[in-house]
Amino acid sequence: MRNAAKFSIAIGAAATWVAAAGVSGAADPDGQAFDRIEKGHYLTTVADCFACHTALNGGKPFAGGRPIETPFGNITSSNITPDNETGIGAWSDQQFDDAVRKGVRPDGSRLYPAMPFPAYTKMTHDDVMAIRAYLATIEPVHQPVRANTLPFPFNIRLAMRAWDALYFTEGEFRPDSQQSPAWNRGAYLVQGPGHCTACHTPKSFLGGDKTSYNLRGFNLQGWFAPDITGDAGEGLGQWSEADITSYLKTGHNRVTAATGPMAEEVVNSTSQYDDDDLRAIATYLKSLPGQQAAAPAQAEQSTMIAGEAIYRDQCSACHGLDGQGVAMLFPSLVQSSLTHASDPASAIRLVLRGARSVATKAEPTAPGMPSFGWQLDDAQVAAVLTYIRNAWKTAAAPVSPDVVRNARDQLSTRSD
Amino acid sequence: MDRLSAGFSMAMRRRDFLAGTAILVVNTMESRATVISGALPWTPNAGSPPVSVRPGPWHYFTSDEGRAIEAMADRIIPQDPQTPGGKDSGCAVFIDRQLAGPYGRAEGHYTGPPFMPGTKQQGPQSADGPAATYRKALAAVDRYCQSTYQGKRFPDLSDEQKDELLKNIEDGKTKLEGVDGQSFFAQVIKDTQEGFFADPLYGGNRDMVAWKMIGYPGARYNYLDWVERHNERFPLPPVSLIGRADWSPKT
Amino acid sequence: MPRKLPKKDIVIIGLGWTGSIMANELTDEGLDVIAIERGPWRDAPTQFPTNYAQDELRYRIRHELFLRPEQNTFTFRNKMDQTALPIRDWGSFMPPNGVGGGGVHWNAETWRFLPTDFVLRTHLTERYGAAFLPEDMTIQDFGATYDELEPHYDAFEYLCGTSGTAGNLRGQIQEGGNPFEGPRSRPYPTPAQKQPFSHTLFAKAARDLGYKPFPQPSGNLSQAYKNPLGLRMGPCTYCGFCEWFGCGNYSKASPQTTILPHLIRKSNFTARDNSEVVQINLDRSGKRATGVTFVDTGGVEWEQPADLVILSAYTLFNVQMLLHSKIGAPYDPVANKGVVGRNFTHQTISTVNGFFDNKKFNFNPFIASGSIGMCIDEFNGDNFDHGPLGFVGGGYMGQVQTGGRPIQSTGVPPGTPKWGAAWKSAVRDNYLSSVRPGTGVHGSFYSYRDVYLDLDPTYKDRFGRPLMRMTIDFHDNEIKQNAYLTDKFAEIIRAMGAHTLEKVYRKAPYDATDYQTTHLNGGVIMGTDPTTSVINRYLQSWDVPNLFVTGASAFPQNAGYNPTGTVAALAFWAATAIRGQYLKNPGPLIHA
Repeated sequence: MRNAAKFSIAIGAAATWVAAAGVSGAADPDGQAFDRIEKGHYLTTVADCFACHTALNGGKPFAGGRPIETPFGNITSSNITPDNETGIGAWSDQQFDDAVRKGVRPDGSRLYPAMPFPAYTKMTHDDVMAIRAYLATIEPVHQPVRANTLPFPFNIRLAMRAWDALYFTEGEFRPDSQQSPAWNRGAYLVQGPGHCTACHTPKSFLGGDKTSYNLRGFNLQGWFAPDITGDAGEGLGQWSEADITSYLKTGHNRVTAATGPMAEEVVNSTSQYDDDDLRAIATYLKSLPGQQAAAPAQAEQSTMIAGEAIYRDQCSACHGLDGQGVAMLFPSLVQSSLTHASDPASAIRLVLRGARSVATKAEPTAPGMPSFGWQLDDAQVAAVLTYIRNAWKTAAAPVSPDVVRNARDQLSTRSD
Repeated sequence: MDRLSAGFSMAMRRRDFLAGTAILVVNTMESRATVISGALPWTPNAGSPPVSVRPGPWHYFTSDEGRAIEAMADRIIPQDPQTPGGKDSGCAVFIDRQLAGPYGRAEGHYTGPPFMPGTKQQGPQSADGPAATYRKALAAVDRYCQSTYQGKRFPDLSDEQKDELLKNIEDGKTKLEGVDGQSFFAQVIKDTQEGFFADPLYGGNRDMVAWKMIGYPGARYNYLDWVERHNERFPLPPVSLIGRADWSPKT
Repeated sequence: MPRKLPKKDIVIIGLGWTGSIMANELTDEGLDVIAIERGPWRDAPTQFPTNYAQDELRYRIRHELFLRPEQNTFTFRNKMDQTALPIRDWGSFMPPNGVGGGGVHWNAETWRFLPTDFVLRTHLTERYGAAFLPEDMTIQDFGATYDELEPHYDAFEYLCGTSGTAGNLRGQIQEGGNPFEGPRSRPYPTPAQKQPFSHTLFAKAARDLGYKPFPQPSGNLSQAYKNPLGLRMGPCTYCGFCEWFGCGNYSKASPQTTILPHLIRKSNFTARDNSEVVQINLDRSGKRATGVTFVDTGGVEWEQPADLVILSAYTLFNVQMLLHSKIGAPYDPVANKGVVGRNFTHQTISTVNGFFDNKKFNFNPFIASGSIGMCIDEFNGDNFDHGPLGFVGGGYMGQVQTGGRPIQSTGVPPGTPKWGAAWKSAVRDNYLSSVRPGTGVHGSFYSYRDVYLDLDPTYKDRFGRPLMRMTIDFHDNEIKQNAYLTDKFAEIIRAMGAHTLEKVYRKAPYDATDYQTTHLNGGVIMGTDPTTSVINRYLQSWDVPNLFVTGASAFPQNAGYNPTGTVAALAFWAATAIRGQYLKNPGPLIHA
């Protein structure tokens, strides 16, 4: 009897935990509206609608107009302010829900998955309505957006029907009764509104998730969004829960720092998550099993020797002679999943172009790494990265000069 | 990997959010005025890394002037069995490239008139920058040599003759026509020795020969593990801003 | 006609150390602050990164991070009966340019003045009698005391993470520190830096001679540190490219590492770079500043109105700004009237180079930081009896060699030819086994009636305004002081085991071509009497109460220490007065 009661309480708790953090069930209409809007505000931050739906350099919040880069051309984000003509003010609740969770517009045309509806489908109806309630309080902006900017033939939205059939599995997140409420909350956030899979899960050649490689890392726009499973080698296996929460909240932890697209994500979104939610995400991510990867190929001795020379002369003044860096200032290369990732794109990019790590209120220093692209040739970049990936207790596949050369060519066309 | 097979990305375009609301600053000496607020500015590949001198024809000197400076550099820093002299270590190349650039033009100096001679403590008051000074002085040296040494030019003199002449110019015993010989020769010494000890990317100190001569490990940034190793020879070879041979894997 | 910008509460002229300190303090009051900097924004990863900052030719010999004389310079003469001529290329000092000011390229030697330094005239008169001081020596008391400034020295040291060993903790003398220093309320925030070989050898020799050596207080940190603003710094790696150079790995205290990343996030702060303020504007009464006029690199003139103006430029530019803006009576040395430009001082520097047996001594001089060094303070200030000696003042001395960069560290023993085979082999034989302290003797420079700043009658700047003229020479007092100190210093270098010494005494006349630190001071001095000072003890202008002037221009004379610690402490002191008193009740804080 007691067990059954516990069991049903656990289910109930999980359900409440997962979908409805913070909503009061009281009968006071105004209280509910306020709570729902506050919850919607939080979820909008978690889903990071602002980043895509706000134009750069002083665009009005949520008024759209930001070009989203895809390999098929640019898509421009739409206006989701409550404006009746150019925004979503005239949409019904159902229409809003269909757009967010099904990828279908009121006129029946399909959204491209630049809008991450394959992830948002996992959100509960209640959460989506809360977001809608919050968006309804945003200042309406009359700004028409020409959304269909992809070149032919990709501007044929009809093709999305086929794509959806292949890659889109509609449906809310289902909690796993074998797991704790925290795990389920973390899974919900990561798979649903947080849409981490959008960047961190490998895609097929048509851009659909390779779900069996969930969160194993993905190369996009010159960066490799790393493996964020619990894999000990390439993922977060060596990170503690505090490492994960510190990274998401402040952009920094004792091992590494957010830069590139993740820096934006931290500032706009994860730095404002509740501490409980951050811990839930950590719980979930660390539970994801690592891959039983084969031992990486051995690095050539001559490469390691050259890499060590470069490392001592050029890298050690910040990253330390032991590769451990300085906590919260210079990342530890020994434990960094970025440096050991199977796809070294991010590491190559950092070395060639430099980077600045993110500034948050908690960690405002934002130290920058210089660019070495002018100083090191392809063989030297490959050598020093191979050295860094293999010098200390960890091992990862060598980096070849050809990969560096390709990266250098592709990066040379980028302005960011 | 071509764009079609790259996969349909659902991610956001990478913008420089790291710059926040900041307007980005172009990092050169001649930057435009900008307003900075909200976040520290950032652009990739920013900064002004040094540009290596490339070997080749003189940029400033005529071939006669170049020969003369090479000869002077070789007396200021003579060749010996352990270390090349001023010429082979590239000091004349260094001086040539420096004179062809902002240093030669005295760029950044205050050039307001009137130009009046002052005390030694008041510093140089000439309208001529280094490049113009070298040209005038080398011409004067050339004229002096040809008239004094039966038509020979400075590089054609014997080492003893060169040393004697340079010493006399240095001491003021031999005057050069139209130019302050003492101050010119002091400048040549300074420029030659600077070229000898500067980073090889500037044209002198070829293969870091000067740094090897004195035991200077070069453009390094980290001696944390050596601070308390007192009275021990530092073992690593010198490295230049553009690297050292050991940086490239030996095939 | 300048274009007018929207009004701000506060405009700060110059975004160096004191500009950054003032901006950070005053934005915390919720006021709108704009800082206008003549030079460019500067930042480690893009302007002095670890892969090309260590370039001696570019940053020391061609001094790329500094102001170009073409943009602004001065004329110079030793004596009033000479014609001043332009400083066409820098020599005896080198003004900074750019955000961070001198804080970017300084050595980070972080000293406090002695308590007696702040009440110098009173103290020396008491001890030695008024007749002991030269008649034309114009030293004055600061108007603020060491005890009043102590919490602000502390604030600066904790902002920077300064590495050191305390010598006097609340009156208790501590082993290993400077026994002569004024009492400090708490220890340094990080321990002293470790010292390389020649520096420890100096300490041993000094101890054997009965002195009490201590590590120089260093803004190159001995370990990772997080400052009160949440900004993080790393440990110094002894690269030996400190003064003249920006620091590439966040281990030197500067506005960039200790203030700016925090300050820039405040919505009520804005910085404008590459914009040169040319005038402080006054209303018709001449008693109220209305803001500033500045020129951007496009040559366009702008007006920035503000309620409060903080002049935080480098010493010389502070004086020049007041002269051009016609604020305060210019100093006339003949009539001995006026205040702006008087009590101009520099620093009295000398050194002793030591040459050692290269089979026994290997100093690895390239392993160093900017504030490395073991020092003794027995001959600073009035720490010793000057009665029998016939001079006043003094300085610290030490093996403070900050690097072994070859262009400047390949000196040869006296008598060696300057070129040729003998020169070359002397360089080879002596590089690793010489001691070249640089500013080994770092002496005070007191103020005199005929050492001052005013406007030049002949030479003009690029706006057609007169250049400022420096009239400066050494007086016998400083030459005697220096000879005495240099001889004492030489004894210690000899006791280290040098076989040959090269004593480089400081001699008159003052040579504007010979670098002697950029510790120029005075011209806008603080004091208690408006007839002999330009600003009151809170750095507030006597003439224009909504103008404050920070920087070493406030020093009535220079003490035997690097000035930055005191410059920063005075800035915190002034900021406290502005926040606590002025903002509540704008107007003169002192009624003279």
